Amino acid sequence: MSHDMVRAAHHDAAFPVDPDLPVDNPGIEEHVPRYTDVEVAAGNRAYRRVLALLALVPVLAIVNVVCYFAIPRNVGFNVLGTNFNAHALALGLTGGLAVLLIGIALVSWGRDIMVDEEIAEERHPAASSPEERAAALVKVKAGIHESQASRRKLILGALGGGVGVLALPAIVLLADMGPHPTAATRRETIERTIWAEGVRLVNDVTAKPLKASDLEIGQLVNAQPENLFYLHGTDYLVEKSKSSLIIVRMDPASIKIPASRQDWQVDGILAYSKICTHVGCPISLWEQQTHHLLCPCHQSTFDLANSGVVVFGPAARALPQLPITTDADGYLVARGDFTVPVGPSYFERDSSKDFKEGDQ
Amino acid sequence: MAKPAKITSSSPVLETRRPDVEADGLARFAGVGSFLDDRVGLAKIARFGLRKVFPDHWSFLLGEIVLYSFIVLLITGVFLTIWFRPSMMELEYEGTYQLMRGLPMSEAYASTLAISFDVRGGLLVRQIHHWAAILFIAAMTAHMLRVFFTGAFRKPRELNWLVGVGLLSLSLIAGFSGYSLPDDLLSGTGLRFVDGLIRSIPIVGTWLEFFIFNGEFPGDALIARLYMVHILLVPGILLALIGAHLTMLVYHKHTQFPGPGRTESNVVGYPLFPVYMAKAGGFFFVVFGVLILMGATMQINPVWAYGPYNPAQVTAGSQPDWYMGWVEGAIRIMPNWESHILGTTWSWNVFLPGVGLMGLLFTALGVYPFVEAWITGDKSEHHLLDRPRNAPTRTALGVAGMTCYGMFWLAGGNDILATQFHLSLNAITYFMRVAVFVAPVIAFIVTKRICLALQRSDRERLLHGSESGIIERSPEGRYSEAHVPISHGEAWTLSQHKQYSPVEATPGVDANGVPLPGGGVSRRRALWSRRFFRHDIPKPTRAEIEEAHSHDSHADDDVKALEH
Repeated sequence: MSHDMVRAAHHDAAFPVDPDLPVDNPGIEEHVPRYTDVEVAAGNRAYRRVLALLALVPVLAIVNVVCYFAIPRNVGFNVLGTNFNAHALALGLTGGLAVLLIGIALVSWGRDIMVDEEIAEERHPAASSPEERAAALVKVKAGIHESQASRRKLILGALGGGVGVLALPAIVLLADMGPHPTAATRRETIERTIWAEGVRLVNDVTAKPLKASDLEIGQLVNAQPENLFYLHGTDYLVEKSKSSLIIVRMDPASIKIPASRQDWQVDGILAYSKICTHVGCPISLWEQQTHHLLCPCHQSTFDLANSGVVVFGPAARALPQLPITTDADGYLVARGDFTVPVGPSYFERDSSKDFKEGDQ
Repeated sequence: MAKPAKITSSSPVLETRRPDVEADGLARFAGVGSFLDDRVGLAKIARFGLRKVFPDHWSFLLGEIVLYSFIVLLITGVFLTIWFRPSMMELEYEGTYQLMRGLPMSEAYASTLAISFDVRGGLLVRQIHHWAAILFIAAMTAHMLRVFFTGAFRKPRELNWLVGVGLLSLSLIAGFSGYSLPDDLLSGTGLRFVDGLIRSIPIVGTWLEFFIFNGEFPGDALIARLYMVHILLVPGILLALIGAHLTMLVYHKHTQFPGPGRTESNVVGYPLFPVYMAKAGGFFFVVFGVLILMGATMQINPVWAYGPYNPAQVTAGSQPDWYMGWVEGAIRIMPNWESHILGTTWSWNVFLPGVGLMGLLFTALGVYPFVEAWITGDKSEHHLLDRPRNAPTRTALGVAGMTCYGMFWLAGGNDILATQFHLSLNAITYFMRVAVFVAPVIAFIVTKRICLALQRSDRERLLHGSESGIIERSPEGRYSEAHVPISHGEAWTLSQHKQYSPVEATPGVDANGVPLPGGGVSRRRALWSRRFFRHDIPKPTRAEIEEAHSHDSHADDDVKALEH
């Protein structure tokens, strides 16, 4: 084996020998002409291919426009179990293909027809030369001198201070982005729901009041306060995101009801906030046998047979329970609002009153 | 520029033959060219830029995909703004989609349905827009990994890396604010999560929540505000940063992979005009065309499937777009830590995995180039890329980071994993809590070992050439595999990289206790440096290669000599 691998046969100035490196830089590879360069017929074929690709573009464009007007809106059809919108599909296939063909033609032109000899360009260091730096410094010094900033130093300080202080009005200008969550505002907003004494629990879809006697053991009902349905728009959504309830009926003998909450339930019918104490998803998945309620967003799991304490997942606090009773007609009604704020935690929240495992 | 040939009456006219350059077109700057040159110096710009060299490598296309999908996002986004109404005002749906007639919903959702069902081409453009957003961030992630693993972030490109980190973080905001706009059930669920996330920020969380949502969740202002963020604020900053990114790219000239004739002081490749204009321009149309075909054939975010946002409803298996999956996973597997101190609530279970983890990722990405330079003590400029194996610790760190990200990302689908593979959701969650810490360590060790093995293999190739795969049997019955020499070009490519030695600890003062101008090297820094370069396989020296080659070529003689 020869030693050519280590030493370049000839050295040009661009690739000087570096004795620290085990192998010399052989220099840029010799250019090998492509098939399309040496074979005239192949070159012509590449040319025709590019032309053919580009010739298809106007055809597809016309088909695209025809499809736009000819295909009726919202006609669907099924292919392999997938429903396609005929109009969108035709538009997308013809348009996408046309655009793609332009791309392929251009790339093909660049790859097969344009001269493909690599060229080298010199790089220059990102930094300026010492002379340029010195010259720049001279100009900077002249500018500083002429501005008199070095003699009358307070101007710069005053200017910086002035501009800096302007950040204050700029930030204050944003103070009206929303109401300020002072203690009083919080009590009227995130710490309150529209539940109140005597408000009926109604089915969340039909808005029909719920009779205690109609609920069976193991049953779960999504409920809302009756007065929610008087609201509309934003008010409706804001209140619904706090007042949503899960009502479950369990066998009173098989569940733990602490002494302080004996009168919060009606014969094993318990009402909990549906809003997860983690980040506020509506909890929906009910495991009837274990009495567990699982949030589908982040899988926090609450034990409804034990005052809603967390048994799994990232939620930290028990689900708030709504004290309920029945009215004269046997319908479920609230005994008041929730005793603690519902939904996700926030900084000012006093979480000492939440139910904890072992509380009586 | 060629001047037009002047023919005087006295000169003998032999033959009218133009030079090739003139035959190819322009003889001089005239018309529009001259008009522009007179006003903005077009010729100077053309002279500087037209023949700029770009090196060729498939991985350099990743950044191009990002740029092109951004352009597609701008084009399709403008189309969507023509019909979308960013309003949370309630109305009763009276559009084409039968199943929702009469349902109260926000104007934003109703207009999204109108784009999907009533505007011809609307569904297609909406789907292209969504696919482009997904591709935008995916290609950006891949581009960033390429830059990381090849060391392209090193001096002088650290600032461009920082701009890239800024682009990545803003793109997440762009994506999130975009898929929150339709105000369907899924996007509302995402906003509910963001509300919980903002609330969890200690001290200012509630204030931020009230300011962003204009009061309580969901409020009446959020969609309009997100719309401003999505179509003006973030794209504006993105455009400015992309401009800075590309300007620095042009100034630094593109990095290149090592190879014959490639040095730190040159750039080898094809000129911008015409080859790269054709290839890169063509590639824009390829990316656009593929995105249109994806929008046509692959359904994404069917906003009509689950109805308008309803704070009392959620669908099981709700997932964010892929790029938020790792945050989702962190939120899911975080233990339920919360502190209750003096009537306040510190929601670590949401704040740490949400705000904290995102901050950690972008901080780690931002400081990495500077930390690596500090550890290696390398202050030189780099334009030749590293082959990832030649920076084993960096490569291992990168793979460890990817693995950590991947584990969080998988955890974001723990419910899907549980149902698809019939596993216990709880077991997956507990597993992932450990895996996000342990898997990166394993990945680090394995990757580093693979890199070192590849370094050894390079060393072997340099010394003994390539295995031919031909087993020869000598007359005596010995079997041996013949090695064929590798090309000079390959030998150069395998051996040209710089090998570093760890920085040594030095005191920062001279013998008289006077501080030295450069300062010293602390022992901690020297320790990190030793760790960083530990185990590197030294590449063979010139003498070793020559010695090995002469040995190989005399191997047959040796055998004979032994036999006598």
